[in-house]
Amino acid sequence: MSTPLQDALGTPASSQTTTAPLINCAIDRLYYGDFLAVRDSHVPITKGTITAFIGPSGCGKSTVLRCLNRMNDLIRGFRLEGQVLLNGHDIYAPEVDPVAVRRTIGMVFQQPNPFAMSIAKNVGFGLRLNRFKGNHQERIRESLEAAALWDEVKDKLHSSGLSLSGGQQQRLCIARAIATCPEILLMDEPCSALDPIATKKIEDLMLELKKDYTIVIVTHNMDQARRVADYTAFFYVDTTQGGRTGHLIEYGPTYQLFENPLHETTARYIRGEFS
Amino acid sequence: MTISSQPFGHGLDPGTEPAQGTPGRKLGESSPSDQNKPPHPFRRDLTQGRFLIDSGLTILALTLTFLALVPLVSVLALVLARGGSMLSLELFTDLPPAAGMPGGGLGNALLGTLILVTIASALAVPIGLMAGIYLAEVASPESSIATVVSFAAKVLSGLPSILAGVFAFAVVVLTTGSFSAWAGGVALAILMIPVITLTTAEALRAVPRKLREAAVGMGATRTQTILQVVLPTASSGIFTGIMLAVSRAAGETAPLLFTALFFDYWPEAPFTTPIASLAVLIYNFSGVPYPSQIDIAWAASLILVVAALIANIAVRVVAAQAPSTQTRR
Repeated sequence: MSTPLQDALGTPASSQTTTAPLINCAIDRLYYGDFLAVRDSHVPITKGTITAFIGPSGCGKSTVLRCLNRMNDLIRGFRLEGQVLLNGHDIYAPEVDPVAVRRTIGMVFQQPNPFAMSIAKNVGFGLRLNRFKGNHQERIRESLEAAALWDEVKDKLHSSGLSLSGGQQQRLCIARAIATCPEILLMDEPCSALDPIATKKIEDLMLELKKDYTIVIVTHNMDQARRVADYTAFFYVDTTQGGRTGHLIEYGPTYQLFENPLHETTARYIRGEFS
Repeated sequence: MTISSQPFGHGLDPGTEPAQGTPGRKLGESSPSDQNKPPHPFRRDLTQGRFLIDSGLTILALTLTFLALVPLVSVLALVLARGGSMLSLELFTDLPPAAGMPGGGLGNALLGTLILVTIASALAVPIGLMAGIYLAEVASPESSIATVVSFAAKVLSGLPSILAGVFAFAVVVLTTGSFSAWAGGVALAILMIPVITLTTAEALRAVPRKLREAAVGMGATRTQTILQVVLPTASSGIFTGIMLAVSRAAGETAPLLFTALFFDYWPEAPFTTPIASLAVLIYNFSGVPYPSQIDIAWAASLILVVAALIANIAVRVVAAQAPSTQTRR
């Protein structure tokens, strides 16, 4: 499915080369009211890969993730200095419709949040929003299959999405997010409310989805980043020194960041010397 | 090792139990039958003050509960007995009896109450619903309009109902020059609006933030988020508020005395003739010396009580069917 924005963004701006990242997130300063929440965080997101944001609580990794689909617009007093380029187009440009951005970039949240409607209607929600002209039943089935949930729910598509277990609900939310074929999938600690078995299923699913989608995941779990991510960005805020402004410390290929970090802070965090 | 020195739990460990027959009984005396067994270390001692206070308060609470139920049960029993004996087809199809005449019914009053409540709901439900949505979803919490609206709704929800009647009398009856169904509907709507506004706002605020985020994250606009996700999730709470307001309006008498008045015949012109209602029928007929009219008043009471019961059951049924917003684990 193509949205107006996708059409507009489908052709990269002229200055782009083939190696340019899909998203170039260049946050200089990010405020909530007077509070400087994040500074100096430039992260490229490469197409067809999984990028993990790791770091201690309050380091701004979720905030940066929510910048990528303008979810922060919902928060009063939000202000961004810098730009977020998607295919070379700034999604914070004044003429941009944030709703169109969010239809191109799907999101999965920390808490599974299916709507209080049937499984089929949950997955079809985005299709109805976009007035999808194709076969809804077929697309719902494809999405549930892609989210590795079809076999578990094919006989009860009309029972409530809330009747599923936590792990199933999270896969339902993934199915709901990919039903509209977004280019990018943002996942904000998608496994933190799940048990290890459900977590494993979501991780396997992410590796599967990587073929079709570009995934950005925020995680508290360094092992998870190591298992699934191609690139990892480490954010940090030194709360012990009274700091409240998170920022990017280091970004690189996952193996490099974990095996051979450039910064002492990264190394100490990875060794578990603080959390 | 003595049992009384064990603070918690340890007494249950067999290893710390004193051997049979050891003089270990320190917590109250034992009856002859269990003389050979050591007393349980956590045995209940009913002579202790706290047990007496416990049972005393339980008995007090029970007594007062029954006391509170006495008027309720006697009213219900009387209404059921006196009103129930009046139930017949004529009750619903006939006009009230003239003074001193036998028989008759309350058809016009029942129809009148239905018409009045329908007019009031048609006015109050859209206004209250939109005001509630405005308060909970549209206005920012600090906005002065929202503060004023929500304060006004709270004050109005405690408004003495007779004032709503006087207000509608001044605004509708005096300007149109006649008591009417329309005037009665306006008076009842004034009473319903604040209830619907506040319960709607409350139900909407109870919708978890994560559901709104899910909708917005899918690319829903604010209108789509409210209409397709927030309102359906809050619908059972909103329905409860509406039923609460409707059943309050159906039983109101004072505002109707100034606006709808009463009418001995079937409802006529909605804007120019008074209209009968069950509540005013009870008010008019319960003080007269004519048995047939008093009987009709009892029957009207029964109908109002049953209507309130039905509203309550409807709310329970809807609430039970409403999808829970809680995540099942």
